[in-house]
Amino acid sequence: MSEALTQQLALLPDYLSRHLLLSVTALAVGIGLSLPLAFVTIRFRRLQGPVMMIASAIQTIPGLALLALMVPLLRQIGFLPAVIALILYSVLPVLRNTVTGIEEVDPNLIEAGRGLGMTPNQLLLRVQLPLAAPVIVAGIRTATVWVVGIATLSTPVGATSLGNYIFSGLQTQNYTAVSVGCFAAAALALTLDRLVRFIEIALARRSRRLVAVASTLAVFVLGIGLWPVMFAGSSQDGRLTAVIGTKTFTEQYILGAVIGEELSAQGFETRTLDSLGSTVAFDALVAGQIDAYVDYTGTIWANYMNRLGNPGREEIANQVDQWLAEQHGIELAARFGFENAYALAVTEANAESWNVRTIDDLVFRAPGLVMGGDYEFFGRPEWTALQESYGLQFQELVTMDSTLMYAAVAAGEVDVITAFSTDGRIVAFDLALLDDTRGALPPYDAVLLASPGLQARKPELFRALANFDGAIDADAMRAANQSVDLNGGTVLDAARELADQLLR
Amino acid sequence: MIALENVSKSYPNSTGPVVKDLCLNVAPESLLVLLGESGCGKTTTLKMINRLVETSSGRITLAGEDIHALDPIDLRRRIGYAFQGIGLFPHMTVARNIAVVPELLEWPRKKIDERVDELLDMMGLPSNEFKSRFPSELSGGQQQRVGVARALAARSRLLLMDEPFGALDPITRDELQTELKTLQRTLGLTIVLVTHDVTEALLLADRIAVMKEGMLLAHDTPERLLRDPPHEYVKSLMQMPKRQAAQLARISGTSSE
Repeated sequence: MSEALTQQLALLPDYLSRHLLLSVTALAVGIGLSLPLAFVTIRFRRLQGPVMMIASAIQTIPGLALLALMVPLLRQIGFLPAVIALILYSVLPVLRNTVTGIEEVDPNLIEAGRGLGMTPNQLLLRVQLPLAAPVIVAGIRTATVWVVGIATLSTPVGATSLGNYIFSGLQTQNYTAVSVGCFAAAALALTLDRLVRFIEIALARRSRRLVAVASTLAVFVLGIGLWPVMFAGSSQDGRLTAVIGTKTFTEQYILGAVIGEELSAQGFETRTLDSLGSTVAFDALVAGQIDAYVDYTGTIWANYMNRLGNPGREEIANQVDQWLAEQHGIELAARFGFENAYALAVTEANAESWNVRTIDDLVFRAPGLVMGGDYEFFGRPEWTALQESYGLQFQELVTMDSTLMYAAVAAGEVDVITAFSTDGRIVAFDLALLDDTRGALPPYDAVLLASPGLQARKPELFRALANFDGAIDADAMRAANQSVDLNGGTVLDAARELADQLLR
Repeated sequence: MIALENVSKSYPNSTGPVVKDLCLNVAPESLLVLLGESGCGKTTTLKMINRLVETSSGRITLAGEDIHALDPIDLRRRIGYAFQGIGLFPHMTVARNIAVVPELLEWPRKKIDERVDELLDMMGLPSNEFKSRFPSELSGGQQQRVGVARALAARSRLLLMDEPFGALDPITRDELQTELKTLQRTLGLTIVLVTHDVTEALLLADRIAVMKEGMLLAHDTPERLLRDPPHEYVKSLMQMPKRQAAQLARISGTSSE
């Protein structure tokens, strides 16, 4: 077995187990809600329209959005918002199939039941439910497959799942990780689907022996699957714990791993919550659900403080520090010593032939050019600032995954991209960064933020985090990013190499 | 046993009443046939007796008690109910189908089992062979026998039957009709049976109530209705089996020449 695969499989018990716990909890609660809801709407027909409409409307919300919406709604990240979103998703198929199944029972049989003197409840339990069972179970199976699939999207809201493989794998171009994640999720969905089917057959045949076999099998599968997460917390032996969050790009994964390795070496029980959504990470820090994560001063300046303009790197760092402390009690534990700025990039060849070196030079050509940006950029205040300062007008704006932008501009599919200045691919693809002479874009100092009150609660941890002050320069960071994005190295290897070069 | 006094039924959105001012008496231990074309109101009348359909006006009494004073669930459990073909629950075995009402009445398990065996034997379906079968594994005639057994399970003395033999082949139908008549006599059952089959009505009934467009046209013994029909429609209806027999005789006559 290749080392890359072994490395990924080592994560499987934890990811799979948490994924299973999420899915099974969501399904159990979802079914527990949908069945009574279906019975109520069958008894009170007027409710049926509105209830179905709400359930269908929930279903049309994209999975990632529904999950992300739960975070501000519940003011926390992790298991709870993920499981609630998944519960909402599981309602429609079970509800709809239960209502349909029960309503499609032969009216002659309903009349027979009534004629024999069954009460409405007896009719439901003795006639309607058993006869509708195959349709209801089909709904449960649909819900099972959906929930297991959508549970992979719980990663960005801080609930570890098989999605961790997929999110980090796609960002770091680790296709082994992506494959393991997809395969495991598919296998889990099929296993649970088969299991439900088996239980249905056992119940339909009314064979005690089959029911016993089916339930033993179910307990066995769930027992094995949930074992790692059930006993995960039991190894704590009074050591100090640390939870580090990361956002969804290579540099974040590497820094998360570097911090994790360093803290573990110093005796902390460390856990990283990878691939958090951008605002999810910030919210989680404010709520104290993670102890620290890496952000960039310019991002906070523009997106959280809603400030425009560029008063200089030091000034912005000071104002950000002050704002974080005053508004949220967040402590700035360390400034790493490098910037990862947004910058407009074109190929070196185009820069040469168009004679474009600054954003100003580009303005005149922009109406004939296509610009590519990551998911966030065109919605961020920095883009507004760029347009306003320079009067930039492109022929077309294309939103794409940040890992694909570099290859796209190199291949000429787009002409200009929003590059990250520490990305290794700038050098590798021979790209030229255009100078922001008007200072529309703020500086993006990488800073390590600590949750409110961390210094008082866990002084040892805060000191360990503060140790990263000035520990990484732009060259070292760029080299580490390059080793993953370009040379196909793993995050862990890049992190270990970077850890060896920390400036102290 | 049962008395209907000026019973009417109309639905909010339909033009006229489905049943108009109906008066009927069913003597204890007799078999009354409600006869008429489809849509004449005979099934509605039957269902008003066990309150599957509620009357719009008028009064129905059962052994002197106004049925509207009774709990409809209790009422239905006291009255056996059987109808055409598919009334058996497909997910239950023969034994469980028959046991439905005794179970609702919470009889002790042992008593239920004994009653099921007894009824299956009475219906000519050997208990050990049939009781764990599912309805889909039975012939139409066997299904209908189980249907009758289910209607009788809780020792109801009153049976409502809605076209019970409608879906059966002629030979099985003939067999079951004879059996039902015997059963009614030996057990002393009061039966109200709905049919549109004149021959069936004539063969089974102690009394026939002929209905048309929601109204009762005649109510008398088969003999008297045949001999002295009070109404042109009733006359032509009652003559039908004879006419058919004459036609059959003509056909067999010509074919033998």
